[in-house]
Amino acid sequence: MTAHDGQPLVHAHGLVKRFGELTAVDGVDFDLKRGEAFGFLGPNGAGKTSTMRMIGCVSPVTEGTLRVFGLDPARDGVQIRGRLGVVPQMDTLDMELTVRENIVIYGRYFGLPRRALGTRADELLEFVQLTERANDRVEPLSGGMKRRLTIARSLVNDPEVMLLDEPTTGLDPQARHVVWDRLYRLKQSGVTLVLTTHYMDEAEQLCDRLVVMDKGKIAAEGSPRELIERYSTREVVELRFENGRPDDFGYWTDGLVSRVESLPDRVLLYTDDGDAAAHELHERGLVPDSVLVRRSTLEDVFLHLTGRSLIE
Amino acid sequence: MTTLALRPFEFFFAQYRRVWRGSAITSVVTPVVYLLALGVGLGVFVDRSATLPGGISYLEFVAPGLLAGTMMQIATFESSWPVLSAIKWDRQYHAMLATPLRVGDVLLGHQAWVAARLTMIATIYLVVIAAFGGVSSALGVLAIPVAVLVGVAFSAPIAAWAAHTETEVSFVAIFRFLILPMFLFSGTFFPISSLPAALEALAYVTPLWHGVSLCRQLTLGDVAIWKAFGHLAYLVSFAAVGLAFARYTYRKRLVL
Repeated sequence: MTAHDGQPLVHAHGLVKRFGELTAVDGVDFDLKRGEAFGFLGPNGAGKTSTMRMIGCVSPVTEGTLRVFGLDPARDGVQIRGRLGVVPQMDTLDMELTVRENIVIYGRYFGLPRRALGTRADELLEFVQLTERANDRVEPLSGGMKRRLTIARSLVNDPEVMLLDEPTTGLDPQARHVVWDRLYRLKQSGVTLVLTTHYMDEAEQLCDRLVVMDKGKIAAEGSPRELIERYSTREVVELRFENGRPDDFGYWTDGLVSRVESLPDRVLLYTDDGDAAAHELHERGLVPDSVLVRRSTLEDVFLHLTGRSLIE
Repeated sequence: MTTLALRPFEFFFAQYRRVWRGSAITSVVTPVVYLLALGVGLGVFVDRSATLPGGISYLEFVAPGLLAGTMMQIATFESSWPVLSAIKWDRQYHAMLATPLRVGDVLLGHQAWVAARLTMIATIYLVVIAAFGGVSSALGVLAIPVAVLVGVAFSAPIAAWAAHTETEVSFVAIFRFLILPMFLFSGTFFPISSLPAALEALAYVTPLWHGVSLCRQLTLGDVAIWKAFGHLAYLVSFAAVGLAFARYTYRKRLVL
């Protein structure tokens, strides 16, 4: 073991990634602990994928320090990759081979013996509920099934850390929940999960700890709960106006809520008691076309930190 | 490096296993058809009216040319679309690079697979040629590795190009304007001495001419040792320089 207890599994300090003129990752620091589920949350172009690819030792670090299992990706890429499980953003499955062959061949890249791989492939297909499709070609599988196969394939070497780059992007809600359920079980079994996402609910479901990334920098770090407490209020009131909102909006909400966020299609009021605020607003005579009181989410955190929505 | 480079090989083999029947039939039928049409059919006319250097039959002349020329075509195909696809469409290279494999392993593994395919095809080809009576010396067996080397002399630089290019349009141009003219004018079907002087000089530069000449020396059993080494050296340098270029373009494309 190269990573001792207490030593971070992944350590990044002042990590920078540049592509020519473009700075994709602009000096980030983070430490990942064994067994946790860690998320990079941010919009497209925030630098999440570039960070993941550096951790995965497929993209060289431009500047700064990166250690994975205490090893240096520039020198020990082969050993590090041997202990990682990677679920890339775009599937890299072979469409012509069968579901099972995809796992076996991938296992061979790690130098695992062919005989052991047969058993391993069957276990993994069982785990991702694809046993019935074992001998089918990959091509006709649904998006959710392909994703599950990619996850199964990434587990073939019994990785200590799984890198999941937008694991459920493009999946329908049901397929997403199946993937989340499998990832949750992996986490329970002690696998360290590192994932990127631009879905709030995904981050809230899966991550013990996350960083919010924006324009290559880390805007905030903490558990989903902590971030909401720090950067948002307990509740949010969403107001919609069909015929344009009143000009002197500040007058109506004066002293009522801790913060107002005005978006093109709606107005958000941040307060610890949404019902009371909505009621008071009504008392003051402001009648929007719709009023929704909800709990604060990471979306609100992101909005507060960057002034922008996560998904345009 | 060596053992790691064998691992991608297994992938290409698994992929090939799905299509091996069709591919095997093609590998046998193609030389049979070519030899029937050119060696036997056209050969009757040629042998009646002309004398080839050394007094050999046209079939004996054309068979090693077809062998080397076919290797060039297959190698070029195998290192164009499949390489771009593994980078861009099916992205198998990216799957490999997420594992302990390195860029050099991926390149060597793929080229080793191309060489293995070429060995299978060259062997079948030579057996068919022999069955038609086109091999007059036991040295002809050595035409198999030489033909494979001809293939690699093309597949390595073509792989370098395929890893560099963004789209497949150039592949068709390569076939039409480089591979086809070489196939026709590199001493495959007639001695290059029949070409105008300028074109003859050009033919000397093509790796295919060196491959055809060496294969022909071997199947005829008429080996001029120093010339043979010259041909070998030329082909080996093409393969080596091609591999070095490919390593560069692979790295540039895959390591970002």
